[in-house]
Amino acid sequence: MRYLSILFFFLVGFFGYAQVTITGVISDENGLPLRDAHVHIANKTTSTDVNGSYVLSGIPKGKQKLYISFIGYHAIEETIEISSDLTINRQLKLDVTKLDDITIQQLSNSKSESSNEQVLKSATIEKFSNQTLGEALKEVSGVSILKTGSTIVKPVINGLHSNRVPIINNNVRLEDQQWGTEHAPNFDINAAGKITVIKGASALQYGGDAIGGIVIIEPEVIKKDTLVGKSILNLASNGMGGSLSSSLQKGNRYGWSWNALGTFKYLGDRETPDYVLSNSGNREQNFSGGIRYAQEKYNFNAMYSFYNAQIGIIKASHIGNVNDLYNSINNQQPSVIEPFTYSIDAPKQEVQHHLAKVNYQRWLSQNTSIDFQYAFQFNNRLEFDVRRSSANNDKAALDLQLATHTFLADYKTNVGNWRLKSGLNLGYQNNFANPKTGVRPLIPSYEKLDAGLYGIAVYKFDNATLLESGIRYDFSTIEATKYYLKSRWTERGYDAEFSHFIVGEEGNQWLTKPTFDYHNITANIGFRKQFHHEMEWLVNVSLASRNPNPSELFSDGLHHSTGQIELGDLRLEKEQAYKFNTTFNKDWKSFRIQINPFINRISNFIYLQPTGFETTIRGAFPVWEFKQTEALLTGFDVNTKWEFSNHFSHELGMAYVNGQNLSTDEYLIDMPPFVINNKIQYKKESWFNFVSELKSELVFRQNQFPNYNFETNIVVNNELTPVLVDISSPPKGYHLLHFYSEMTFKINKRNSLTTSFSIQNIMNTTYRDYLNRQRFFVDEMGRNVQIQLKFNY
Amino acid sequence: MKNLKLIALLVIPVLFSTSCSNDDAPVNEEEVITTVRTTLTGGGQIITLTSRDLDGDGPNAPVVTVSGNLVTGVTYVGSTEFLNELEDPTEDITVEVEEEGTEHQVFYQLAPSIGTITYTDTDANGRPIGLNFTLVAGTSGSTGTLTVTLRHDLNKSGAGVAGGDITNAGGSTDAAVSFSVAVN
Repeated sequence: MRYLSILFFFLVGFFGYAQVTITGVISDENGLPLRDAHVHIANKTTSTDVNGSYVLSGIPKGKQKLYISFIGYHAIEETIEISSDLTINRQLKLDVTKLDDITIQQLSNSKSESSNEQVLKSATIEKFSNQTLGEALKEVSGVSILKTGSTIVKPVINGLHSNRVPIINNNVRLEDQQWGTEHAPNFDINAAGKITVIKGASALQYGGDAIGGIVIIEPEVIKKDTLVGKSILNLASNGMGGSLSSSLQKGNRYGWSWNALGTFKYLGDRETPDYVLSNSGNREQNFSGGIRYAQEKYNFNAMYSFYNAQIGIIKASHIGNVNDLYNSINNQQPSVIEPFTYSIDAPKQEVQHHLAKVNYQRWLSQNTSIDFQYAFQFNNRLEFDVRRSSANNDKAALDLQLATHTFLADYKTNVGNWRLKSGLNLGYQNNFANPKTGVRPLIPSYEKLDAGLYGIAVYKFDNATLLESGIRYDFSTIEATKYYLKSRWTERGYDAEFSHFIVGEEGNQWLTKPTFDYHNITANIGFRKQFHHEMEWLVNVSLASRNPNPSELFSDGLHHSTGQIELGDLRLEKEQAYKFNTTFNKDWKSFRIQINPFINRISNFIYLQPTGFETTIRGAFPVWEFKQTEALLTGFDVNTKWEFSNHFSHELGMAYVNGQNLSTDEYLIDMPPFVINNKIQYKKESWFNFVSELKSELVFRQNQFPNYNFETNIVVNNELTPVLVDISSPPKGYHLLHFYSEMTFKINKRNSLTTSFSIQNIMNTTYRDYLNRQRFFVDEMGRNVQIQLKFNY
Repeated sequence: MKNLKLIALLVIPVLFSTSCSNDDAPVNEEEVITTVRTTLTGGGQIITLTSRDLDGDGPNAPVVTVSGNLVTGVTYVGSTEFLNELEDPTEDITVEVEEEGTEHQVFYQLAPSIGTITYTDTDANGRPIGLNFTLVAGTSGSTGTLTVTLRHDLNKSGAGVAGGDITNAGGSTDAAVSFSVAVN
């Protein structure tokens, strides 16, 4: 037997000598050579040079697979019989349907070359046309969502969220008051052509503070002279409403091109399996449009977008005091249930976000480009509360106006095996807390100035190995103007330490101007190795740094929408995180697996901790304080895809995070529980591209939580009685089933209609989620049947 | 690094000149209740129960004073006032509660051994507001708490609500204070 196997290996080795060399030229439809096209024959890969030509030697004879791809073009996949040296020339066709592959930057398509990027393409994004950015991102394993009710949804990457997960929309960092957990990203999901998630701080060109990760949204860009349109109509049973989104795009390789998009959303009260979630309706009216002028050497872009949303806050979550909170937690029944309605009353949010930008890119040579961008954003957040005098219910209790100017300059070049990127940014931000609300604002007025400088270098050892490293410096200064109650100032212990911030006095308040400067150095180093086409290993180590945000520094007072007193701390230091992230990809013919473990060690980790209660004339309110600790987050994400027949496939996604509070030897609060998602898909192209999916979502109970329960006195049987308020215990685990199916009908060569039918929470399961801020008050949404019509023209 | 600061410094004035000037005026806090005062008159006594919180949602707890003990068997004529003492002159919110009587109600929670409460006022719909009431003091020697709660936007037709039972009232709480009381 042993001799046989030796003979076997000998023979294989012998055949291995029967190798040939293959050369060729890869060009586009017009015969123009394509540079950096990917050519893969047998287990050898290479890229084409400036003239579009390639050489691959050492190809074994026999039947071999040929694979040629280039971003934005149809890939070629065929099997060829190789018996001697060969020339294989191929022309690639521009792919208009796979527009999402096309990014504005062809020079360096990747955001971060050494980290694991996960991409949502337009086909996936369109499924969420009726929903939110957060819900679409949940499709990426390792991304969970933090909710307030059923309509305010924000992404959580590897256990971290809000300011730790910057969102880059169209190369502009979204500045929309992401400091609050009940502030969802102000973005219309329909405007996204492609969404990339990077689970780390390695994309230094966008900032050094992405301690959790970064979400990069890019619009569709068509580089072909054509006019395309798309309309998506959604109807949902839960909420008895839907949305309509229409876009038109005039593409062009050179010359003028433009696009316009409008979205209208209208939904009423959502329902749990047992009751109406009173006041959970929402509306959106969004618009975006852009123009682009391109020539071979340069291009110019201008765009504007407007997001306008009205969001109801579930009435039952508006608590009076700790008495109501205690009753809600213990009864597990909402205090207010009214019949279904479309109308939205207080408490509610009205949010508007304007974004305008201009961008100019110039190619200095074939390998070098320079980019300038100016963007202006204006965000107005109005929060309406149930006020003591009903006459005032129409007056916002919170009115924050945030204006942000940013200027970017980026330089990119390829020299030999090096790819270099560097740039700078300048930013000015002004927040105005309108005092006319008649309520002390939680976030004060402030001015902030930022300046940053970065450099990233990528070295390609060969086509399979690269090393990436980057460094960034950021300066930031913030000056707030805030009135502190003298009693609060003293209670926080600021008298001795911060008396220099006091600039005036007004009755029982100090007028203060707290000012802080921050200097941050952030860096990252990463490595990517492709062993052969089927296996890949990525390692990335990053140092990220995040300054405390205005909410963490300055919050003081009752947060009306959550019925809790939130206290910031002027002593908070910046957070620093060292994240180690590695990814293994293995690709067999019909089975793919990706394993992505990480370790995130965060110094001065800022979190909101329930610390007890304070008594006011309205009774006792729970107090949540911003605290700082040493934290360690570890976990892993696993994805597999198994295509076990031509029609059937299975996908698995698992995500686990363990958050340790090292200073107190406890678990960290609000960490996502362990999740396992399974999806079975049946596909049959001959039935009008029929696709049907059944998805199981299994969420375990979070057993790793800190105990922050506190005791208070409430009136029981007419007597003040001490009780324990259990705000720590996570809800039970749950299992949901979802169904999705679609069919596409070609009307003619250009027009098609896609119809889809989906059911979320098929079994109408009653559940509560640990990461929903309203889990103390209400259940999650019940079954939702949705119909979508998508018309491409 | 020095250059960067220089650039930053150059940019600041340009940007500041374009920004809107921030108003440094303090928020004129509306709808604040600083003081809840319940007065009980009977048996030749005037007992005042006061809860005063001059820092609003600030860290200081309300200062609670009770001027005397109840006397068993005595029927007291009671009334409750809501004030904002941060305003000068003091704003009397009681008037507003009375005017919008159909949207408001004051609840009194106390053990029967302390006493029993009967509403003596009504709103436009003939339902109690609770600003005026009578209290018949309970058993001598008992001690406990009297909790006074002002609710608005409540369900005044809820079961037991007109009789003073807060359980089914719903609505939102404008004031909730507890006084320690004793019966002689």
